[in-house]
Order: sequence, then structure tokens, then C-alpha cells
Amino acid sequence: MGLLSKKDAKLITDPLADNNPITIQVLGICSALAITAELKASIVMSIAVLFVLGVGNVVISLMRNIIPSKIRIIVQLIVVATLVIIVDLILKAFAYELSKTLSVFVGLIITNCIIMGRFEAFALANGPWRSFLDGIGNSLGYAVILIIVGFFRELLGSGSLLGIKVLGDPIEKTGVYAFGYENNGFMLLAPMALITVGIIIWVQRSRNEALIEDN
Amino acid sequence: MEHLELFFKSIFIDNMVFATFLGMCSYLAVSKKVSTAVGLGAAVIFVMAITVPLNWLLDTYILKDGALAWLGPEYAQYDLSFLSFIMFIATIATMVQLVEIIVEKFSPALYNSLGIFLPLIAVNCAILGGSLFMQSREIQSLGLAFNYGVSSGIGWFLAIIAIAAIREKIRYSNVPAPLRGLGITFIITGLMAIGFMSFGGMLTGGEDEETTEQTAIVAPAENDAVEATEDAINLAENEKEIKE
Repeated sequence: MGLLSKKDAKLITDPLADNNPITIQVLGICSALAITAELKASIVMSIAVLFVLGVGNVVISLMRNIIPSKIRIIVQLIVVATLVIIVDLILKAFAYELSKTLSVFVGLIITNCIIMGRFEAFALANGPWRSFLDGIGNSLGYAVILIIVGFFRELLGSGSLLGIKVLGDPIEKTGVYAFGYENNGFMLLAPMALITVGIIIWVQRSRNEALIEDN
Repeated sequence: MEHLELFFKSIFIDNMVFATFLGMCSYLAVSKKVSTAVGLGAAVIFVMAITVPLNWLLDTYILKDGALAWLGPEYAQYDLSFLSFIMFIATIATMVQLVEIIVEKFSPALYNSLGIFLPLIAVNCAILGGSLFMQSREIQSLGLAFNYGVSSGIGWFLAIIAIAAIREKIRYSNVPAPLRGLGITFIITGLMAIGFMSFGGMLTGGEDEETTEQTAIVAPAENDAVEATEDAINLAENEKEIKE
């Protein structure tokens, strides 16, 4: 990476694995899990968060010296709410069906803890460029988990990826269905998202012993 | 009847945590001890009981399509619903601050138990989620909106107390090291959510075919969930006895 110094590159790579916002920092689970039954919805949600966090971090970082610390939470909420309205209106204009699937969860990006957490922890203390990188890094870390969960839930739950039937047709019994394979409809139900994330955490912590918590 | 139905529906069937995953961040972070969980849960009920009806008023008289008609016929064409996110969150943030100030002034005892949780609540997704669901489900009257706020709050309260109690017990069991803490909490929450799905048929009385089918599939799994938690509790108790 010629453009970025080593320290800046770390801002992007760290949240992807060892400091992942979802599995390690426990932020932003709120709106993440409910929409991961389909891969497409997970990807759109990730892009929305990428935009809001990237831009929001820069805005807050530029204003950090003029925000009185007593009312900073309200200022932050207004900045996020404005950005989320932009995302919501764009989705309604260009992907109406998808915005119906995501329903209130687009609005809930406002209270997504990743965003408030990064504003508080990073953007209020750092310059715009570094804040931007931090925002991108953290939303990519969020995206990775969302896409993994969405991938497995859609593949095992409805046998398709992005709406394409990769495992064959369940009604005409082609592909793997010819051998008696059945879709596990249970994966589409809400609780399986939690269990899938639990398993991701398990795998990640078995690979990196330093992350193991006390009971 | 309508009230009763909404009440039970929002506590059990559309439970904030188990059905829509709202407020998960504070749910996971503050559920290590039952006593703190009770404090946060109570604060959530309190704030939701205030903000949901307030946002209902905002939505009905200012934001909805044609809601401004009471100002005069020339205002009837305005549709300000695109502003609802920003209005709702501003209401919630200011109400939380206001409640904090009022409680501090008039009831220092309550402030001491709820106070530290109030700032946390402004960014709790359950609160904003309650208002947004209130809007998208088109709740009809102010009374129902109040009911919805209180009952969703109670649902959240139940969920956080249940998980905090299980986590206090599970401390004595031998969880595989990488699953300790966060991992096992996720999986238990998942099992509890499966258990709560069995409430799905409660209001239809089993007449609706689809719901019956769903509960039939879920029923065995729910037993597993109960068994799993019971196992965990038994294990914890056994170990306690051994220690003693």
C-alpha cells in the first residue's frame, strides 16, 4: 500500500479480524442479525453502513473542536440521522423491493452502536483522514460478518445465493436435491442468526487464543 | 380486548430481543449481573412508555401524509414522513436528557438506581425501534401506542433478566474456552429465541394452519432449548454442591 503509511493501513486491517466490531467489540449487533436471511440484503446493509460510517466519521471529525461536549450525543445523532435519511431515500428510489425487506432496519442504522461507538472513540479525537480510514475499516469488519452469516443462512436455508438457485431446484429435484437433500428452513428463522454468529465467534477464538474471555 | 391482544403480542410474540434483535448491544453488555439488568430494564420500560406515545403524536399530527390538515386546508398536501427518523431520534435524545434532569431533581433515590443507565438508553436500538415499528405497523390510537411502548419495554425487561440469570449460573459450568463469555451468550440467546417462537400460536388459538405448522416444527426444538438451559442450571448447581 503505497498510499497509506503502516499505521494508517492498520486502521483498516485491524477491524477485519482481531478487533472486529461485531465479534470482539460487541457493537452493532442490533440491526445486523435480523436482515441476514438473504445475502443480497446483507450486502446492501453493509454498503449503507459503509457510507454512513465513512462520511459520518469525517463530518464529526471536522466538527470535533466546535461541538460542546455536553450535547455531543445529540449532535452525533443528528448527523447520523441526516445521513441515514439520504440512504433511505436512495433505497426507496432505486431499490424499492429491497427497502421493503429491510423495513425499519435502515432507520435503525441511526442507533447502530458501531456508528456511535466509532464517533465517540475515534472521530472525536482524530483528524478527518484517519477517521475516514477508521470508518471504512470498521464498516468492512461489520460487512465481513454480515456477509458470512448471510451466505450460510441463504445457502442452507433456501439453497440459493443472491436469489440464484445454486443447489438445483427443490421442486423438480435437480442438482443435490436429486440425492434427497432438503433445505433447512430453520436457518431462515431469526434465532439461527444468533447461533451462526455464536459459531463464528467460537471458530475465531479457537484460532486466536489471545481473544478468549474469562467466564 | 384489542389492548390485551397487543399487550401479550408485544411481550411474547414480537419480543424486542428474540424476534427483532433490537437493543442487543446493551442486552449483551449489561447482562452480567441480575441487579444491573433490572436497573436497565426498568429504565427501558420507563423511557419507552414516554417516547412511543410522544412520537405517535408527532407522527399523527405533523409527519404523516396530510397530517398538517389541522393547520388549515392549504397544508393538507404536505407529506413530511421523510423527516421521521430525525424527529424521532431528536425526541428520544431530548426526552432522555429531560427525564434524567427531572428524576435527579425530584427523586434522587430513583436517580441513583436508574441514572447511570439513562444516557445509555438514548442509543438503545429498542427505543428507536419501538417508535419505528409503531409507525410502520400503523397503530391506531394514543392509548394503543402507550400500551405498545410499555409492553415492548416489558418484553425487553423479561429478556434481559432471563439472560442475566442464566449467565450468573453459567459462570459455574465448564464452557469450552473459546465459547466463554460472548459466544455462549449468543448461543443461549438463540435457544431462548427458539423457545419464544412457540408463543407464535398463542393468539390465533391454533386455528390458523400456517402457524400451527410452524409451532409443530418448533415444538421439539423448544424442548431442547429448555433442556439445554435446565442442563446448564443443573450442572451449575451440581458444581456448587461439590464446592460446598
